[in-house]
Amino acid sequence: MTVGLDYRTLIEPVTERARRDPDRPSVVLIGEDGSEETVTAAQFLANAADYAAVLRAAGIRPRDIVILVMRHSKELLSAFWGALYLGAIPSIFPFLSEKLDRSLYVQQVRILVAHCRARAVIAFPQFKPDLAALLEGVDCQIFATDEVPRRAAAEGQPPHEAMPETVALLQHSSGSTGLQKGVALSHRAILNQVRGYGRAVALSESDVIVSWMPLYHDGGLIAGCVMPLVAGVRLVLISPFHWVRDPKVLFQAVHRHRGTLTWLPNFAFNHCARNVRDRDLVGVDLSCWRVINAAEPVRWDSHRLFLERFGRYGLTERALAVAYGMAEATLFVTATPIDESPHVDWVEIRALQEERRALPATPEAAGSAPMTSCGLPIEGAEIGTVDDEGRRLPERWVGEIVVRADCLFSGYYLRPDLDAKVLRDGWYFTGDMGYLADGQLYVSGRKNDLIIVGGKNVYPNDLEAIANEVPGVRPGRAVAFGVPDPRLGTEAVVMVCEVNGSTGSDETRRIESELRRRIAQQTEVTLHDVRLMDTRWLIKTSSGKLARTANREKYLREQGGP
Amino acid sequence: MNAQEMRDRLRDFVRSELLRKPDYPLAADEPLITGGLIDSFALAQIGVFVEDAFGVYLPDTDLTVANMDTIEQMVTCILKARP
Repeated sequence: MTVGLDYRTLIEPVTERARRDPDRPSVVLIGEDGSEETVTAAQFLANAADYAAVLRAAGIRPRDIVILVMRHSKELLSAFWGALYLGAIPSIFPFLSEKLDRSLYVQQVRILVAHCRARAVIAFPQFKPDLAALLEGVDCQIFATDEVPRRAAAEGQPPHEAMPETVALLQHSSGSTGLQKGVALSHRAILNQVRGYGRAVALSESDVIVSWMPLYHDGGLIAGCVMPLVAGVRLVLISPFHWVRDPKVLFQAVHRHRGTLTWLPNFAFNHCARNVRDRDLVGVDLSCWRVINAAEPVRWDSHRLFLERFGRYGLTERALAVAYGMAEATLFVTATPIDESPHVDWVEIRALQEERRALPATPEAAGSAPMTSCGLPIEGAEIGTVDDEGRRLPERWVGEIVVRADCLFSGYYLRPDLDAKVLRDGWYFTGDMGYLADGQLYVSGRKNDLIIVGGKNVYPNDLEAIANEVPGVRPGRAVAFGVPDPRLGTEAVVMVCEVNGSTGSDETRRIESELRRRIAQQTEVTLHDVRLMDTRWLIKTSSGKLARTANREKYLREQGGP
Repeated sequence: MNAQEMRDRLRDFVRSELLRKPDYPLAADEPLITGGLIDSFALAQIGVFVEDAFGVYLPDTDLTVANMDTIEQMVTCILKARP
């Protein structure tokens, strides 16, 4: 593996490859109609240079923030790498889905522009009028993708030579909370990630990465875009909208392109196993493929389900691996050692929950549960677990997972107040709970109330703020939390709200519908369960705040869960 | 199978398998996905169910929120795709 050792910026290897090996395919894009488009190394750089030229001509300079409001497409790749070419800092905004409310969506773009003081937005033409109206008077230019001339020749100005320590890109998760936390990653951190994680999975130029993960997601952006382009590994890209309604496209693409590597959030294992038909897999050979479970807690039963379903097409147990990480560490900090299967650690579930100890148990023992290992720290990363006072814990004690790594972020963009909460003495406090055993990391839950649905971070306070505006819900009397959903292989979101009036009436039914609709259209979250309760159901802390964990436990006790 | 039978079976499927609330008083014109009752992931599952239950294959390009947001729209879509 020769990747990322000597480069100083992300665009450098892309430029070098365009010169050295111009006709080599860099990216294959699979369209929603099944068509394919191949972009060579030289074309890829030329497309980026076109965007860079347009931005430069409009006065956008290195280190300016450029927000991309674009569908998964060649244009998005070109605009993203075009910003990097110029030395500007791109951030990809989730694209409007059919479910989201369009005007609220555009408002969110405006909030992001204001938070990070963006100087430019590049959008598909359909959004330009709305955005132009909303951003009137703001010092931010709007470019529509159809205004970018296609010279498709890498001429004119060479790429900007940024200092390796400068910020290369920003990553945001969605929602009011996420938009304020722009994870700023330097060129150096990302190149270290490509090298460290690349070694952990023995990435080589003969690999072919197949990805459907959205580019606004850390997994999709780093593993499914930046890493392959920096490392010179061929990338086959499928649109997330396409994959979700027709998961067979992933398997057919892997077969057709001899795909070797794909990262999937845990829910995707269940989605694929349940919703791909046998006749769509006739002749499909998955024997070259490795599938890495990442982006949300790994469930042992999801791996079993996936293997049982696809084993007959050449997928082996050794092909399934795990990685653990977060946007603040570029992407991954642990990985299953190459050519091993993820260790499964059977532990006493009661001791894990009540005593914070991972006591080994046999699979047959009553009350034991399988924990799937996330592997060992990658090169350049150290992992520890700490107690509530920040003291280091021995192995098999459950505590907050802390990370020190050469791929850590530079901070939250323009929010040093937020950095202070999570960075201490060079360690990043992840908010995840887990334990180490034989050096391997096992993740057991969350310290804070973040909910992870299908790999996407959902902040309960965003949902509660929406609920508080729904007529009939007593303001300040709504809680949101996640409960495990084994069938979907992810977390399900539950809301409990106190309402005025009697429960079970037409009035409460109307409140529930309104709540569900608003949450879906503003956050894209589907509530698994809504409980509208009489006053005094919810538990408060001594300081009068609603206690999410206590209410979650009460809910599970009373309702039996999903 | 007529449209009414189709409607009933779809409603049973949505309530028991997707909503997991067999008693939910689901109306045929109630928005499921934009109404926040089921996730758009479920469209793939509905496509598989429709084929198993009614022998009608819905091309994946039909499996959109615009086409499949209510039971009524699903029935229309299936009837159109039926050979």
